[in-house]
Amino acid sequence: MTKLASPEKKTFGAKFKELASNQIFIPVAALLLLVLFNLIADPGFFKITLGQNSNGDPVLSGYLITILNNASELVILAIGMTLVTAASGGQDISVGANIAIAGSVILRILCGNQGARPETMQAPIIVAFLAACAVSMLFGAFNGTLVAYFKIQPMVATLILFTAGRSIAAWINNNQLPIISDASFGYFGNFIPGIPVPTPVFIAIACVIVIMLVLKFTTLGLLTQSVGINSHSSRLNGIDPAFVKFITYVILGLCVAVAGLIKVSRISSINYSVIAKDIEMDAILAVALGGNALSGGKFNMWGSILGAYVIQFLTTTLYKFNVASDALPAYKAVVVILLVVMSAPVVREKMGKAMKSAASKKTAKEAK
Amino acid sequence: MKKILSMLLVLTMVLALAACGGNSAPAATQAPATEAPAATEAPAAEAPAAEPALIKVGIINNDPNESGYRTANDADLKKTFTKENGYDASFAYSLKNEEQIAAAQKFIQDEVDYLLLSAAGTSGWDTVLKDAQDAGIQVILFDRTIDADPSLYAASIVSDMAKEGETAVNWLASQNKDVYNVIHIQGVMGSAAQIGRSGALDKMVAEKDNWNIVTQQTAEWNAENAQQIVQAVIDSGKEFNVIYAENDDMAKGAVAALDAAGITHGVDGDVIVMGFDCNKWALEELLKGAWNYDGQCNPFQSSYISDIIATLEAGGTPAEKTIIMEEKGFDASTITQADVDSYGI
Repeated sequence: MTKLASPEKKTFGAKFKELASNQIFIPVAALLLLVLFNLIADPGFFKITLGQNSNGDPVLSGYLITILNNASELVILAIGMTLVTAASGGQDISVGANIAIAGSVILRILCGNQGARPETMQAPIIVAFLAACAVSMLFGAFNGTLVAYFKIQPMVATLILFTAGRSIAAWINNNQLPIISDASFGYFGNFIPGIPVPTPVFIAIACVIVIMLVLKFTTLGLLTQSVGINSHSSRLNGIDPAFVKFITYVILGLCVAVAGLIKVSRISSINYSVIAKDIEMDAILAVALGGNALSGGKFNMWGSILGAYVIQFLTTTLYKFNVASDALPAYKAVVVILLVVMSAPVVREKMGKAMKSAASKKTAKEAK
Repeated sequence: MKKILSMLLVLTMVLALAACGGNSAPAATQAPATEAPAATEAPAAEAPAAEPALIKVGIINNDPNESGYRTANDADLKKTFTKENGYDASFAYSLKNEEQIAAAQKFIQDEVDYLLLSAAGTSGWDTVLKDAQDAGIQVILFDRTIDADPSLYAASIVSDMAKEGETAVNWLASQNKDVYNVIHIQGVMGSAAQIGRSGALDKMVAEKDNWNIVTQQTAEWNAENAQQIVQAVIDSGKEFNVIYAENDDMAKGAVAALDAAGITHGVDGDVIVMGFDCNKWALEELLKGAWNYDGQCNPFQSSYISDIIATLEAGGTPAEKTIIMEEKGFDASTITQADVDSYGI
């Protein structure tokens, strides 16, 4: 009877339930909330202006551009981290240190044997980048081997590189601080002359497109999820769970190399102890904000990507509001706790149920 | 096949790690093998004899990979405490207090004449320093102070971060701007360098009406964070004419943001750029006129230490227990290539 009595109400309740139980809901809601908050506090927040940089090239600037720009590395890492999380049910905490290694390799090859301050680059950037990819994937393979074949807890396995990575990075460059003076090296982290949008934005978009195509046209997504949900039954179905886990760490290694290129290109230099510091925590957070269970299994790539943008949005907002330095981590923590609790699968399920029952009660009442 | 491959990978990694550790390990275990010269245990006071006995020093330092400052510091010590200068030096490196204490105990057993110490942590040193005193070993602290009774060490050579900040702020005041709108980029909150360098600026802003803080944020010594902070100010459209960054890396990040927005900086620019630590590349920026000021945090303590050892060897006592090193501030308009070469780290 109730169904017939008020079909619209029913659909609203059902719709909301569907919406709330959709993984994307929380990151989108968080993003909208941040947008709304900034819009009310300062309508100028979304203003984008076309200016000129010190070389006279046109550049777009504004908070939105800053957010899109600075979130790039995190987005790229979140892609890899999502796969690792889904397949192995754990996280790689060595990505920050691995970025230091990748960056160090790039600079080392560009410097060649010309010391830390070469007049010109000693090798094409693409060669340096490919070398960094190879090294990063090798380190990813190391992590993957420990996790997949030696069955070590991912966090413990990656703790090795987390601790040793920055020293390795320093050692690659003999503890020198290389500086590349060639302007073209800076294109990847800043602007290509004539293009007013920061390059990292394009790189991040390219990575997103690539992973979406891979997930659509290969079985990678299916394999990682099935291994993450139940590796034993995947094995019985002819999947090699160890290899799937292994390969996700290698893919994350590739993501690390791309992020490393952007990072070192931003300032054409490196500081081993602080480059990409704590970025692993933000990357894991992006995965969690995306509503993905950190214990592995099903994942939603868009959720993680949006999660990464939410984190950067939050950081920039806090900078904008000039929050006192010593209070900044506290503010961030409060927002993060709220978001993570809300996006936890358990809470989402409860919320969905509550909404449904509330809606049905309401409709039942009206039907009477 | 896969197994073999994975084993191989693991092996490469282990080797890579071992190779890394290799740099510092030999130095740490470098036992004072030269026992022959030490056999002539003559009173060291009659040093200017034909064959002077080497002065045995045990040097405990933080890992030279920690920062450019530490690398310069270590190189400076190695340059001074050589056989040619009459020293038999052993080095031990660690960022951990316990390991440093263990190294100190080893040096005491080896009967060094002097123990030079840059402590990783401030506490826990009383017992070992007491042992050193009982063994007749003089302790000289450098770079870092510790929470121990001053009678336990002969001298302490330190940087005064608050003075570094004052020197910088006084320089800024001498630029005679009508108004100072400062972007203050802080280091890791609570670190000695941050407290000292922030303190001087905070005081000036509180005193003078024409000094304003546009934003005061921590970039945690990180160039990219500094870039984002300055970017946020630029996006907000607020006016500013000074960037006071508490180290060179952060100043560099700030300048990257200025460049992207087409804001001129340095000598003849709209924005004054200030950094600290005197990295070589930073002083070169000064030389080019892209930055305005760089404050030194002096890593060259060895000359002070050898002066003290000379005094102690001659039977005297250092005039002051705590010696604050002279630290310069470089101005882009007066800096020379010679400064870059001798003070850049």
